Amino acid sequence: MRLLTREALLSFRRAPLLSALSITTIAFSLFTVGLFGLVAINLREALRGIEERVEIVAFVLRGTPAESITLATQDIAAFPEVQDVSFITEEQALARARTELVEFRDAYRDIKANPLPASIEVRLKEGFRESATVELVAERIRSFGFVDDVRYGRDWIQRLDQLRNVTGLVGLVIGLAFACVAIVIIGVTIRLTILQRAREISIMRLVGATNWFIRGPFLLEGALKGLLGGFLSLVLCYAGYRLFRDTTGGPFAGLIFFRPEHMVLIIVFGVLLGLAGSLVSVGRHLRNV
Amino acid sequence: MIRFSHVYKSYPNGALALKDISFKVGKGEFVFLTGHSGAGKSTIMKLLFAEQQPTSGEVRVSGHNVSELGKDDVPKLRRRLGIVFQDFRLLEDRTAAENVAFALEVIGARRDTIAARVTRVLTQVGLPAKARAYPRELSGGEQQRIAIARALVNDPAIIIADEPTGNLDERATRGVFQLLRDINAMGTVVVMATHDLDIVRQAPYRTIELRDGSVVYDTAVDETEETEVS
Repeated sequence: MRLLTREALLSFRRAPLLSALSITTIAFSLFTVGLFGLVAINLREALRGIEERVEIVAFVLRGTPAESITLATQDIAAFPEVQDVSFITEEQALARARTELVEFRDAYRDIKANPLPASIEVRLKEGFRESATVELVAERIRSFGFVDDVRYGRDWIQRLDQLRNVTGLVGLVIGLAFACVAIVIIGVTIRLTILQRAREISIMRLVGATNWFIRGPFLLEGALKGLLGGFLSLVLCYAGYRLFRDTTGGPFAGLIFFRPEHMVLIIVFGVLLGLAGSLVSVGRHLRNV
Repeated sequence: MIRFSHVYKSYPNGALALKDISFKVGKGEFVFLTGHSGAGKSTIMKLLFAEQQPTSGEVRVSGHNVSELGKDDVPKLRRRLGIVFQDFRLLEDRTAAENVAFALEVIGARRDTIAARVTRVLTQVGLPAKARAYPRELSGGEQQRIAIARALVNDPAIIIADEPTGNLDERATRGVFQLLRDINAMGTVVVMATHDLDIVRQAPYRTIELRDGSVVYDTAVDETEETEVS
């Protein structure tokens, strides 16, 4: 074990530039994945906030008797998906419009007849907020005779969902491309080390060292480079995150960074990249020395 | 200890390196393999330590069938062998003692036993005083002795020496050859490939002569038929 570690560490001293190059490539590949990952998790976080506010609004025809509405409200409240139901009268709708839509306050003050319909607002329980369920519940509400129209923010929820998926996908594709480059570069540096040590390796084989014993230092070298690259990528990601958050501020002040398990995942991925690079190289070149 | 049965070896380019080679080497033997360059000496050596596999026929070395050795079995075979080359194959950036210890380290020998074993074999080859010397500070003969010490340190059953005196002057050649004889006298089988007929004549050992990949002469052909192969 000591021999293994010593040999692996020696290669960093023998070829510091190449080692730095491998580490940097891994770091950049993971940095790219990481940046897109950050965007994706922040989008998801934002979506979660929005989803909590998912509401189905059923506009009620003018002149519907209060009793019908009360009965319907009770029916809707009994749906298994529904968290709470509230009835907003025409007057309440106007009052709310006056306070919330400040820009139109004057317009609403001057009008004689209330143009706003009464509505039933339905909030869904957690776990029932994806668009398919929302649509289902909306359809059921629509079937009440006095319901004029049902609105829910399906389209833009889907669009945000798509955006998140696209962001994740783009990050993955670019990250994978970088990862391939990283594997190649690690492979090349390990190959150079193998060539440098060809004599030593041939002697190891002659005296009966097992293949895994010979591979060990190279694999450890690759894994170490991956580990360092992973750390470096996290540092870069954090620097980028802080820079963006602190310079933009405003709505971006609440941006979140990776959770510990994400960071571990990135580092593990780095180690795997390093191992893959060295395995490819060792497998191909060790047979020939 | 060693048995070749109807061994053929051809290379991908079609060249036939060995043709129907059969011989046995018993316990405690010292065998010369002689012949001109290209006669097949080195190919036999490579088959002995499983660097190559026979195209057909069977090669058995110290209980292992070389033709059937898996990748993981090759190291097991080599730990039973000590291999010595014409060019010594020492690591330049390690001292004599470190070169010998290297052979123990890479097979995972216990660390606390390494120093004592290295000292023992360095004494056996007559170079205990050169333990801290680097290969470049040693003469050719001394470097070959270190290489032999490295081959010996695992207590091999067989020493395979491919032209061990090829790079040495006359005096060093005599010294190294005597060392191999001493090792053989203690019971280790020695197979030595050489084209130095002076050495071959010096000692009353069995000689297998090769020409164009075939055995043309074996001084002990009758005895080997009766030798028990282990």
